[in-house]
Amino acid sequence: MPPADSLTTVPLLPDVFQRWFAQRGWTPRPHQLALLEHAKARRSTLLIAPTGAGKTLAGFLPTLVELDEQRHAGAPRKTRGQGTDRAMPPRSSLVSTGRNVARSGGLHTLYISPLKALAVDIARNLETPVAEMGLPIRIETRTGDTPASKRQRQRRDPPDILLTTPEQLALLLATADGPFLFSSLRRVVLDELHSLVTSKRGDLLALDLARLFRLAPQLTTVGLSATVADPAELCRYLVPQPPAGAAQADLVVAEGGAAPVVTMLDTAEHLPWAGHSARHALTEIYALIKLHKTTLVFVNTRMQAEMIFQELWRINDDGLAIALHHGSLDVEQRRKVENAMAAGRLRAVVCTSSLDLGVDWGDVDLVINVGAPKGSSRLLQRIGRANHRMDEPSRGVLVPANRFEVLECTAAIAAVAQNAQDTPPLRTGALDVLAQHVLGCACGEPFLAEELYAEVRQAAPYTSLTRADFDSVVDFVATGGYALKVYERFAKIKQTKDGRWRITHPLVAQRYRMNVGTIVEADMLKVRLVRSRASKHGYAGPIARGGKLLGQVEEYFIETLTPGDTFVFSGEILRYEAIVEDEVYVSRAADEDPKIPSYEGGKFPLSTYLADRVRHLLAEPSAWRVLPDQVREWLDIQKWRSLIPAAGDLLVETFPRADKSYLVCYPFEGRLAHQTLGMLLTRRLERARLRPLGFVANEYALAVWGLGDPALAIRRGELSLAELFDQDMLGDDLEAWLAESALMKRTFRNCAIIAGLIERRYPGEEKSRRQMTISTDLVYDVLRKHQPDHVLLRAAREDAATGLLDIRRLGAMLSRIRGRIIHKELDRVSPLAVPVLLEIGAEMVYGEASDVLLAEAEADLVKEAMG
Amino acid sequence: MRAAIEVAGVPLEADCAGALYWPEEELLAVSDLHFEKGSSYAARGMLLPPYDTAATLAALSGVIAQYDPRTVVTLGDSFHDNDGPSRLSASDRASLGQLQRGRDWIWIAGNHDSEMARMAREIGGVFAHTLSIGPLTFRHIPEGAEGEIAGHLHPSARISWRGRSIVRRCFAADAGRMVMPAFGAYTGGLSIRDRAFAAVFGTRDFMAHMLGGRRLYAFSAAHCL
Repeated sequence: MPPADSLTTVPLLPDVFQRWFAQRGWTPRPHQLALLEHAKARRSTLLIAPTGAGKTLAGFLPTLVELDEQRHAGAPRKTRGQGTDRAMPPRSSLVSTGRNVARSGGLHTLYISPLKALAVDIARNLETPVAEMGLPIRIETRTGDTPASKRQRQRRDPPDILLTTPEQLALLLATADGPFLFSSLRRVVLDELHSLVTSKRGDLLALDLARLFRLAPQLTTVGLSATVADPAELCRYLVPQPPAGAAQADLVVAEGGAAPVVTMLDTAEHLPWAGHSARHALTEIYALIKLHKTTLVFVNTRMQAEMIFQELWRINDDGLAIALHHGSLDVEQRRKVENAMAAGRLRAVVCTSSLDLGVDWGDVDLVINVGAPKGSSRLLQRIGRANHRMDEPSRGVLVPANRFEVLECTAAIAAVAQNAQDTPPLRTGALDVLAQHVLGCACGEPFLAEELYAEVRQAAPYTSLTRADFDSVVDFVATGGYALKVYERFAKIKQTKDGRWRITHPLVAQRYRMNVGTIVEADMLKVRLVRSRASKHGYAGPIARGGKLLGQVEEYFIETLTPGDTFVFSGEILRYEAIVEDEVYVSRAADEDPKIPSYEGGKFPLSTYLADRVRHLLAEPSAWRVLPDQVREWLDIQKWRSLIPAAGDLLVETFPRADKSYLVCYPFEGRLAHQTLGMLLTRRLERARLRPLGFVANEYALAVWGLGDPALAIRRGELSLAELFDQDMLGDDLEAWLAESALMKRTFRNCAIIAGLIERRYPGEEKSRRQMTISTDLVYDVLRKHQPDHVLLRAAREDAATGLLDIRRLGAMLSRIRGRIIHKELDRVSPLAVPVLLEIGAEMVYGEASDVLLAEAEADLVKEAMG
Repeated sequence: MRAAIEVAGVPLEADCAGALYWPEEELLAVSDLHFEKGSSYAARGMLLPPYDTAATLAALSGVIAQYDPRTVVTLGDSFHDNDGPSRLSASDRASLGQLQRGRDWIWIAGNHDSEMARMAREIGGVFAHTLSIGPLTFRHIPEGAEGEIAGHLHPSARISWRGRSIVRRCFAADAGRMVMPAFGAYTGGLSIRDRAFAAVFGTRDFMAHMLGGRRLYAFSAAHCL
């Protein structure tokens, strides 16, 4: 820490600030002063700082200082609720209309955060120093929860600093008030930037930033971020990109705190072979909670959170305050838990990634990660939440749920020790997001295609957007982008004589505003508590009026339940009664054993980086010393019975078991890519007449079983593994599968909603997804057949490359293992295959040729009927 | 492939494309074509791909070629709204004409295209509210009467097997009556567990013949979710 009388602070910080720091006993940190310097030099800056480093103050200090200086310079200021100084024209004449009208009275600083709760909390925190220093600065928030009257007033009479979300920014830019509000903008602060840029929300925000830079040429940006693999990418995101080459914001890296201390739980219990429940370690987890003040217990899925929460309470003999937090819980309930945490009233919170982002929560002194952390960056960020005193190391404990996860955790610990980051590379901007943005622009003010194209390309994710693609998107927004030109009279935007595109009807703008946003929720149903009714017929008709809302649950899960089945949710055991529109009615069922849900797996597959480390760890028997005995033993037996693959090879084992033949391969590319591989391999095996029946995939392996014997076919020269695993499976086989794939259809649906083809909200009514009278699956089928290169299909394919289907990763794997397939013919199951085979029953079966399933189900019923 | 289903003692064939064939009468029935649903939505601001009519006509052409019926009956809601015919493209209009050539074509009026009497003049064929032949009566909205073949409800069935849920359009039928699946490319489905079906079949159990890729799969309605 620099000495308080350092000469460098004198020119930067005005007196009132220096006094305020002194009163608190604080010294401004180097990175906070660095940001001030950069702001004075009119440079956009990226700040990389760990939690607890005073990031927020760093972000806002330049703004507070500027506003204070402006006051002294006699510039007009915004007083609360009243008019401004005599020097300004009276407020009543400040009518916001049109372009090229420079009005003073707009915003000075915009703060964007991914979470509305974060925006609200930061505003509160900011009020304190502002009030204490007596600065006459107006600070307000604007989120989905802000009442309409306040939002209207904000457009007419904006504050100095507005804290808001990306969606609200998009909405503001889609009104005629955009120029008025933003032409005076000096700064945009982007918080948790590392998390914003990885999704479509980041694409939309980048486009809106480009618009802001056009409206306010004097604008500079400040990005606040956790550590990432490639900071240069974020530096590019923050500033407009030139047509050729790249531009970057400056980079300031805060000095790191003490390195985190991460260990793996060396359990005394028997380590399971498969499964993700970590039940075996619960007593040990409870013991850790008792030893610390407040512990965060992270898990990968909501269902795991529910289960662990239940189990911990079962053994909670000391009555410790243990809470539950995940994204499907009701907002009220989540806020209660968050407030209790901040007040230090909780000993532990079992949570999912729902708590990854958030304000400094003080006294968390231990982070337990149950199950394998899927990436080293994600793990580093989580551990960073424990103990926010910079000079003390954060503490983390990894609890692997099964033997393979031990390998993942070991690799993760090594990665943490090297501070290795594995954040994904910056996305290419999505076309469906661009479509939403183009319509928003038209709602704000009419645009010229050339100008908008040039502006869009200044956004980092869209620098390589071709003019042809841009025009396709505009065509889509106007009349749907169809080769068959029959919708001219229904156009949403039209070009007028001056060449500008403008909206054809105010309703278009109204509908846009009701539907803006890129977060498309997975098909979720609201969960509502009712009194139990023994329902024999299960008709989805009127039912006793429901009571309290408990949260939301995935639709796919409810679809597998029969009325009467029970499941765990929100910490209790509930009985499924019926689905009514977009709600599922449940009743309490305290005495029963809940049905075990089929495991969908975590949201994120194992990162490429960690997967690579695990392969190397596995391939190096001398490195197994660090592993627990149970795991080492497992690998020793694998070495003896079969073999341990070299890091760059693909091991394929074949063996018979119970009348069926198995083919197991170990790509280590994550569950999603393996599932896609499974779909494609089974098609090929079917063609090779090996009669595959099913497959199951986990993070590191894929097992296919069937009636035909692949080993025999290989011996006879009828089957070639090289051909089976050839990259050409990503050609016709992939195409054919994509036509029926439920995952692909879901991906398409998301694009259709984001792009505005399907609107979920109409003025005057809320059309829930279930009420929508057109299913996007039908649109997908028709569009594929009649216009396969339609812009939405292309957007969906792009998503599929990295999203639920992870096709790009699969392609990279197939390329990597060319010529490096090792086949091991065995006479029984190998130790390495045991975990993936244990997943059978919990995972999908052969393809999505659900006709096969229908046939089985029908035959089963016939058999049952015939006795 | 088709399934043999008897209604009111009459042997019929249900096709996995969603059409119904009466061999003795050489009559082919389809229901709820909803032509021009895409453009209907477009007029209201949702610019759905305008290819649904062509897609439905292609499917219809397929079953007509397969069965070569003497008579084609469409069980109502053939157009998504009463102005549908005016929005038909020239090529779709021509395709429709081709299909009508050399056979009788009967449009039964539905609730979406109630003005079928007038529309039939534009698009060929004849119109009827109901059509009775022998023991069978074809109408749009089912009443549950004996011998009835109806549409309107867009039946769809869901079963759960091996932890997965499968939904398909289906023929809903018992010994005395049948509700046909919707044939149109953009038509959705209503679950057969909905009380609208109880109104048709009463408390009797009925069968759901689910449409598969190459054949139909029969389940008792009580087994469906």
